[in-house]
Amino acid sequence: MSTSSLEAVSAARWRIAIALTVAMMAVYFGFILLVAFNKPLLGTLLARGLSLGMLLGALVIVVAWALTWIYVRWANTHYDASLERLRERR
Amino acid sequence: MTSVLGEPNAIAITFFLVFILLSLGITVWASRKTRTAEHFYAAGRSITAFQNGLALAGDYMSAASFLGIAGLVATSGFDGLIYSIGWLVGWPIVMFLIAEPLRNLGRYTFADVLAARLRQTPIRIAASIGALAVIAFYLIAQMVGAGNLIRLLFGLPYEAAVVIVGAVMLAYVLFGGMIATTWVQIVKAVMLLAGATLLALLVLSRFGFNPLALFARASDMYGAGVLSPGRLVNDPIDAVSLGLALMLGTAGLPHILMRFYTVPDARTARTSVGYATAFIGFFYLLTFVLGFGAMVIIGRDAITGIDAGGNMAAPLLAEGVGGTPFFGFISAVAFATILAVVAGLTLSGAATLSHDLWVNVVRGARADQREQLVVARIATVLLAVVSIVLGITFKGQNVAYMVGLAFAIAASANFPALVLSIFWRRLTTAGAQCSMIAGTVAALLLIYLSPTIQVDILHNADASFPLRNPGIVSIPLAFAVAIVVSLARPVAQEAKRFGDLERELHLGAEPVEGRGRPAILGAGDR
Repeated sequence: MSTSSLEAVSAARWRIAIALTVAMMAVYFGFILLVAFNKPLLGTLLARGLSLGMLLGALVIVVAWALTWIYVRWANTHYDASLERLRERR
Repeated sequence: MTSVLGEPNAIAITFFLVFILLSLGITVWASRKTRTAEHFYAAGRSITAFQNGLALAGDYMSAASFLGIAGLVATSGFDGLIYSIGWLVGWPIVMFLIAEPLRNLGRYTFADVLAARLRQTPIRIAASIGALAVIAFYLIAQMVGAGNLIRLLFGLPYEAAVVIVGAVMLAYVLFGGMIATTWVQIVKAVMLLAGATLLALLVLSRFGFNPLALFARASDMYGAGVLSPGRLVNDPIDAVSLGLALMLGTAGLPHILMRFYTVPDARTARTSVGYATAFIGFFYLLTFVLGFGAMVIIGRDAITGIDAGGNMAAPLLAEGVGGTPFFGFISAVAFATILAVVAGLTLSGAATLSHDLWVNVVRGARADQREQLVVARIATVLLAVVSIVLGITFKGQNVAYMVGLAFAIAASANFPALVLSIFWRRLTTAGAQCSMIAGTVAALLLIYLSPTIQVDILHNADASFPLRNPGIVSIPLAFAVAIVVSLARPVAQEAKRFGDLERELHLGAEPVEGRGRPAILGAGDR
């Protein structure tokens, strides 16, 4: 068993995990801070019945979906393949 | 408008009885399959990704999120949406940081992950304190909600409603364990998603299937203010604090974490979070339509006239657009929602009491299958009785803050220790133990000192802690305690154990001599 390659797989897994976690937190807390500090901006109407705040709120949910999807895609292709190689090598 | 709300309603009761009969049928079927502790706690690891995705959604979407958020949006517009979004954003975190390592390192409870690399006895006792505190506050909120809801919806007395919920939930968990709980949660999730979708479509059919026309109508009736942030988020620090607790608390809820053990492997666990995130996000997007629909079609005054908290917005809306039969269906869905959540909570509480405390601490992992099952069932009965007693004790009290408190404790006590045990080589037993205790105590103490208890409940003029949500203090505190204590007294052996587990963290337990996992944990399961 080659420890270095387990370490490489592990490092790649956590790099992705941390990058995506930071992205999710940035988007969500960015939204919360806008709500807290710039209420008039979020109240701006983009169309009849649609404020910027509501659009951004719905987009936070869409971003959560997208980041989750990115992780699943990455894990199903790259992570699983590396794990398979590690299993064979034992 | 006149409503059948609060009167014994034949259609609602029929739908409700159909659900009870269906779920008890599932329980009878599940009880025949429940022979070992692995069946009781983890459904024999036989649940598929799609099924677990639905069950996770069923376990997570509580009455608070269905009735509460619809009501909040109906009464305060945009401000309510802040909550719908907050309840979803924890799921990607569960995916990125927790689900797969948890499945690979543990057996039945999240404490297994900590115990895999740290000293069993102290770590399981500390983890149980956090887990049981979360479960207790969550259960109280659900039981009191059930009592009030069923009184309003079906006209049953409060105490009778609490006893019915406790007894039916006891039947699911006692006889059918995780298999029955999983299927009850799946049925509930399908009913809730279908009911909410149909309700949203009926609302939108009145606005040419254009949500913007609905929102425009709301702002014509109640002013443009309903589409923009209002008074709910006045204090930015409090808002961030609430957001932190919702986001990280989701990743520390014992009943949610336990569900990842019901699938065969980490890959399935990963896919199941993907499904859960899709379903839950879709549901919270629907709450935009349901809330504004109730605001426009039923009217704010009619909603708050029946229940000051607005909790009846969704059932009233169902009656308004679909008549009494649809009202009956949505009422039954609300009841099913509570049952599925309390069953999941009770099962995870029973796992903590029996697997963590009895089998691994008291018996030193030397309990056979029969003893494990007997103890798990005794713990289930005990928890059901306690939850009924608590439900009746807290009758008429304001318990709305308790779900928030449960999330705050989960985020402060469970999440930091769990995530550090997965990521950080130098974490020690003492560090994790102190962190979990500090997180629990800090969350409880700060809530007690906050305006929520001091001003709203005790009617004092002032509170000594200014924030309503303790997360922004208690979560960093728990991380800091873990890090400082671990660095102050390093334990070389535990750091080495982390290295030994790294392969298992990614690849899962590899079969040794044909069966089971290496001797690191769960020796008592042979």
